[in-house]
This record gives sequence, C-alpha cells and structure tokens, in this order.
Amino acid sequence: MSVTTLTMNGTLVSAAEGATLLAVAREHHIPIPTLCHFEGLSEVGACRLCLVEVEGSNRLQAACMTKAVEGMTVTTNSETLRSYRRQIVELLLAERNHVCAVCVANHTCELQNLAVSMGVHHVRYEPQAPQLSMDASHPRWILDHNRCVLCTRCVRVCDEIEGAHTWDLMGRGRHTLVISDLHEPWGQSESCTSCGKCVRVCPTGALFEKGTSATNKDPHFVTYLKMAREQKLWNR
Amino acid sequence: MATAAALPTKAPADNRLKMLDAAMTRHRHQPDALIEILHTAQELYGYLDLDCLKYVGRCLKVPPSRVYGVATFYNVFTLKPRGEHTCVVCLGTACYVKGTATILSALEREHHLEVGGTTPDGTLSLVSARCLGACGLAPVLVFDQEIAGRVTAETALARTRNWMEQP
Repeated sequence: MSVTTLTMNGTLVSAAEGATLLAVAREHHIPIPTLCHFEGLSEVGACRLCLVEVEGSNRLQAACMTKAVEGMTVTTNSETLRSYRRQIVELLLAERNHVCAVCVANHTCELQNLAVSMGVHHVRYEPQAPQLSMDASHPRWILDHNRCVLCTRCVRVCDEIEGAHTWDLMGRGRHTLVISDLHEPWGQSESCTSCGKCVRVCPTGALFEKGTSATNKDPHFVTYLKMAREQKLWNR
Repeated sequence: MATAAALPTKAPADNRLKMLDAAMTRHRHQPDALIEILHTAQELYGYLDLDCLKYVGRCLKVPPSRVYGVATFYNVFTLKPRGEHTCVVCLGTACYVKGTATILSALEREHHLEVGGTTPDGTLSLVSARCLGACGLAPVLVFDQEIAGRVTAETALARTRNWMEQP
C-alpha cells in the first residue's frame, strides 16, 4: 500500500492511500469536530462541522469526505473555520428544541459537548421551536423529533450494520423527519428488529430508552461489531 | 412477494395495475428505477397512496422507509389525491420578487386553503413550485397544464373562482 504525504497545520503527516482527511487527522491526534461522522459507518458529510481549508481550493472541504492527496496543504483550525463551526452549532441549537436542563442526554450529548468546547453560551438566532411530535410506540425506546439533528447515524447504522433499513428521512429542508417504514409508529414497524443500535449511536437525546434519566452511549461498539463480523475478532 | 391484492380495489377493475407491473418489468425490477416507477404510478392513479408505495417498494426490493422518503422529498409526488383542477404558484426568485407571495396568500384566503391542500369538494388543489424556468413571464402560475404569465391576484382569483363555480 502506497503512502501519501501531506501538510496538516504546518506539519508533514503521512496517510494511507485513499484515507480521508478526517482519518489522517484522527491518526495524528489533530482534533476536528464532527457530528454526523461515526466510526464504522459510511460518511455523508451532512453536518459540515469538519470543514477544513485546503490550499488551492477557494471553498472549504468536509474532512470526512475529502481524500488525502499527495502534497496537499490543509488547515484544520483557523479563525474562519472556528467562526463557521460555531455558527453551525448555533443553527443546530436554534433549529429544533435543545433545552439541555430537561433532556435525557444532558452531559452525554455530543451537540452539548460541541457547544461547550466552542464556547457557545448564547445562540444568536431565534429558536424555531417547531413543536414536533414524539413517538413512544416502541416498547423500549422513544423517538423525540424535537431533539433530532438529522445526522442520519440511526439511518446508516440500521441499514449498514443491522441491515434492516427501518429508518430513513422524509420531506426536505426544515420539514425533514426521521421516519420508520412508511411513516408508521415505530412500535408497529414490521422491519424493526428492536436491536437498539440506533439508540446507541444517536448523538443527542432524540432516541433514548424508556424509564431512564440518562442515555447509554457507546461510541466504539459499531467498530467492535464490524471487526467481529468481518474479521472474527471480538476485540472488546 | 406482494400480489395484486396489496393494492386498493376502490377503483373499478381496470388495467392500471397491469400497466404499473409492465413498467416495473420494463425496468427489470431494478431498485434504481424507483423514481421512474413512482412517476408512472402517479400518472396512473393521480397520487401515491400507502398501499401503492408498499407495493412498489416490495417489487423493486427497496425498503419502505426509502420509498416514502423519495415520495415526500420530490414536490412532483403527492400522497393525497389532487383536486380536479390544480393551480401551481411559482415561488422562484423572479416570480417572488414580482409578487407571487401576495397572489398565493390571496388564493389561500379566498379558498380557505393552505399551500399543498385541496378544497373539501375536491375541485381545486393549490401547489407551489420553485422556478418553472419561465422567469421572463414572471409572475408565473400554472392553471391545470397551462402556463400563465404576468398574472395578477385578480386574474388568478377569477380563474380559480370560475373552476369553483362550474366544476
């Protein structure tokens, strides 16, 4: 396997051929904030938090979708990037209903962690507070659309790891919703295997277990499952 | 595998299901023909109901949530029966600047409708679109299949009132 060499934040780094900029950065302990990215799932480039500057390109590139190329010069942290990332987090917070104090994901929420790490104390935008519904028809879990950031991790884990493809997105723009089957109540879904993977990968309090005051997040279990399935290695 | 019984039998026995099946056979039941088949289904039935979506999904081996997602993503698909007449209001930039928002709200007020809705008697459906590519004629409305340029609220109301009076 050939090796690619590129410059990241002024330092020369090496990357495996075909690796994404995000993978390269992670390997070299260069922090890049992400939300829709989840180790072991495909990339969609939806959240735009991992935007980086690539020399010679006048537009910002999503690190999770951009392949490392020989001789590339990448900046992962600049005043522009910080201001855009902050703005994205603020827009996400304003889009639906993210009141941390009364959320099951308080302290385990990735959106909250991002906001804290970026010093988002105030949201400059008017909260949309769209009064969306909740689906509590499943015996074990609840889907609260008001906390959903549409990262599609649940959709991808259900399709790629479980293979059921119960979830998908309907509509477009601000009317987009995560739906099960033909927009039917989750509890009545014929395709859902009740495996709970979607609940575990949800970055916010949109999917959570009934009767709990805190959600159970495990960022490594998908990688573990993939290794177990593909390489027969139960490396827990 | 779904059978013909999966589709509603509200309509009298006709060959629409046969035509839908034929369209799917023509595409060799390939999952990537989904949009094409949904177009055919909508042309045949006028709208896409849940049984139809389920049937198409099964035949093309596409999960129901994706079929529903595609059917709700594109504006051309509708899950509710359309009225006998359709009035499309263009909200593209040029038309918007020329005042289609005012025309739209006039139509909404007049017929007690929201965009995307149909009057209770099933006569008129009000739909919005993003740019019909006829910006030179802005503001543009489409009455049934006929494009009308430089429309005013008065002319739009006259056309739709006419439909409502003689359905």
